[in-house]
Amino acid sequence: MIDWGHFTPWSSLAGGLVIGAAAAMFILLNGRIAGISGIIGGLLRPSGGGISWRLAFVGGLLFAPAAYALLTELPVPTIDAGFPLLVLAGFLVGVGTSYGSGCTSGHGVCGISRLSPRSLVATAAFMLAGFATVFVLRHLLS
Amino acid sequence: MHALSAFAVGLIFGIGLIIAGMTDPSKIIGFLNLAGPWDPSLALVMGGAVAVGFIAFGFARRRTNAFLGGAMHLPTARQIDRRLVLGSLVFGIGWGLAGYCPGPAVVSVGMGQDKAVVFVLAMLAGMGLYELFERSRERR
Repeated sequence: MIDWGHFTPWSSLAGGLVIGAAAAMFILLNGRIAGISGIIGGLLRPSGGGISWRLAFVGGLLFAPAAYALLTELPVPTIDAGFPLLVLAGFLVGVGTSYGSGCTSGHGVCGISRLSPRSLVATAAFMLAGFATVFVLRHLLS
Repeated sequence: MHALSAFAVGLIFGIGLIIAGMTDPSKIIGFLNLAGPWDPSLALVMGGAVAVGFIAFGFARRRTNAFLGGAMHLPTARQIDRRLVLGSLVFGIGWGLAGYCPGPAVVSVGMGQDKAVVFVLAMLAGMGLYELFERSRERR
């Protein structure tokens, strides 16, 4: 059943186009894949290289809410997870994206745009795991 | 120039995530909750981003140099192995548990969300532990 009350087709499509434009700029200008987990992970690796552009990218992400707030009011998020669950979730995301070499941006957006078979498999895997996890959490345990 | 451009791209990427609704974990859970009242918004975020990305990467593939100089760092890995699948499954579990993936979580830190700060610190710990593990394995 579709949740029409929360469905935001236009803003989500517009946001997606902006995300795609950013990924396009990064590959064409810098010659880099806009994969957030890879960019951050490279900062933790002595052999990662490119410390300055990696930090600059993360700085841009951190500064985005302030820039957005200059134009319009920031949306208020609803975060159901408590602190213990957030710690577990963050840890799994850190380990999983390192081991699987990517997240929603690197595999999801950039990889699918490149029609990379590796990224299609990765995206299918994290989507399936996400669906299954929410099913267990929202329907079996509650 | 590369750093300045990376800052601008990070900024635009982050603004896109906010516009798309990706910084609201309840919206991510709403998409992943197939058996409940389902919010398909995230499919449109992906669709919009991939539509632009498809054109850009098609163009990028025919170039040998980036516009700001330097090589094109396109991924060269091809193998679909246990690391890729297992790692992505573990990532998906973490994503479903809290509704945060790395990009939106970092942007939410910029919003001053204390829950996002905790998530990102745990994520960095996970990435760091993985690095230590990999390095000790390489030494053996």
